[in-house]
Amino acid sequence: MADTNGQSGNQSGNGAAGKSALTALVAGSKEVKTRALQEMETYKNPEKTDLWKSVLRVKHDETPRSRALGVLSNVFLHLHPAKINRDAVSYSYTWGMGGISFYIYIVLVFTGALLMFYYHPSKVIAFRDILYLEHDVPFGKLLRNMHRWAAHLMVITVELHMFRVFLTGSYKKPREFNWAVGVILLVLTLLLSFTGYLLPDDQLGFWAVTVGTNMARATPMLGHDGPFGSQFGMTPFNDVRFALLGGSIVDSNALLRAYIWHCVAIPIIASTFMVVHFWRIRKDGGISGPAPMMMESEIKPLRKV
Amino acid sequence: MDWHQLWIILATPDNVPITLLLFVMPFYTWYGLKQSFANDRLIGQLEANPEMAKTHHRKTQPYRPEWVREVHVWPYLLRIEFLAALIVTIILFVWSITLNAPLEEPANSTLTMNPSKAPWYFLGLQEMLVYFDPWMAGVVLPSLIIVGLMVIPYIDENPLGNGYYTYKQRRFAIWTFIFGFIILWISMIIIGTMIRGPGWMWFWPGQTWDHNRLIFEVNRDLHEIFGIRNRWIAFALGGGATTAYLVGAAIGIHKLITLTPFARKIYQRMSLLQYTVMQVFLITMLALPVKMLLRLLFRVKYVWVTPWFNI
Repeated sequence: MADTNGQSGNQSGNGAAGKSALTALVAGSKEVKTRALQEMETYKNPEKTDLWKSVLRVKHDETPRSRALGVLSNVFLHLHPAKINRDAVSYSYTWGMGGISFYIYIVLVFTGALLMFYYHPSKVIAFRDILYLEHDVPFGKLLRNMHRWAAHLMVITVELHMFRVFLTGSYKKPREFNWAVGVILLVLTLLLSFTGYLLPDDQLGFWAVTVGTNMARATPMLGHDGPFGSQFGMTPFNDVRFALLGGSIVDSNALLRAYIWHCVAIPIIASTFMVVHFWRIRKDGGISGPAPMMMESEIKPLRKV
Repeated sequence: MDWHQLWIILATPDNVPITLLLFVMPFYTWYGLKQSFANDRLIGQLEANPEMAKTHHRKTQPYRPEWVREVHVWPYLLRIEFLAALIVTIILFVWSITLNAPLEEPANSTLTMNPSKAPWYFLGLQEMLVYFDPWMAGVVLPSLIIVGLMVIPYIDENPLGNGYYTYKQRRFAIWTFIFGFIILWISMIIIGTMIRGPGWMWFWPGQTWDHNRLIFEVNRDLHEIFGIRNRWIAFALGGGATTAYLVGAAIGIHKLITLTPFARKIYQRMSLLQYTVMQVFLITMLALPVKMLLRLLFRVKYVWVTPWFNI
């Protein structure tokens, strides 16, 4: 191919003056064709192109180094180490509940953002938005169902994650603080679910939130019905329940507050804690086990402070 | 037996997670404990045979010396994560296609739902409202649950069982957690969902939810059982009973903490602060089942009545 290209290039170059414009055009297009064919040869190895290199930065061939770099140099995967203990991938040990919880959280953020396109947090129209979503929006019912069931499933998976971490003693040194972060994430999961409950503005959510926030009026010292509440000057119009609802009853202000907590504030707080949680997993030495078992006779004496 | 009523409760879309819990929780408890007992057997072998303990890799997972100790995350972990994401996605799609999220009538503050229930994961707290006043059941106890969970790593001085399932080496910790999580938290959720009907009354599974049902049981305060009318004597009796519980529970818990020689060894490692914090949380946790029994068996509403708060 290279030879032909060189010859045709010479011919067209030499005879251009004496021949007609048509022949020159044919020769020129032949040259373009051969060049194109030549270039296309290189596309058989796309990983050699500049475009490929610019996106992926490193080679992805079958070497251990590339496999490690594939994880380490990827923003989405770099929370993983390059290598892990061979036993740490066993499902029987991890139950996979932490990762599944995070995946469900992503599903919830995605479906939730889509739901926000169709929802106004206003007492007049909120319920009608849900009806519209269920009956007119394409796949609206599926969207809402998935958001609801994913939320329920996340509560279960987060609790199971906690159960596994307890049974394996993974909260012990050096992971004590990360357990505390995890407890906060559990609470945030419950709060996210609970604030979302009011948003359809139906009887179910309304009474659940009424029951829930009625407890706040009994907060010691900060609620008007709680112990020492009246001694601290609490009334239905200045206590902690008033702050939660933006009023003394569950009404339009409560709906707006639930919406903002649900869609903006708690997701940001929860995401922040998740970042810390995942970061600390790595910093505390990765997943806790399955670790070699220790015997009672090997307990080291406690260092006295 | 009202099978239809039972079916209505079980098939309410929002109750499906609890039906799921009924299967998932026993399964994972069994799954975890099965591995704990397997590990315990191996620990027993290692303790009996010091030579074996020197060379053994000390896991129940298969092991050969020539195997590499570490594997690449790509593909050995990422493929599992991908598979898990795929399975969860399929579960969510099937669940969302087959079952609709509940939507009741528009919110109406003049029409109270009966029973009016919190979301299922808070039904444990709502059930606690039967046994304690709202300031206790709705504010103090939930806060103590959160803080109590967070202090677990800081009061557990047992260095064994870090990163592997074991029962033998952590008996007290595992019993405490299973008691708090499975027996108190999960079963109260199940009671709140399956058992509690209109008026938050107790309906056995399969019993028809009768909205006109009246129960002529009078809940009494502790001093009324003894026919005490005088306010000061009642106050003293309640205070005395509460103090007796606190002391009795503390002694009982101390007995449990120091039950076995190994438990005493761990107890020796604990600082005074750790021990006190542990006692406070365990005494509070134990107050719930005690109050439940007092209420369900003896119809006692308050043990201690004061002008400021009632317990």
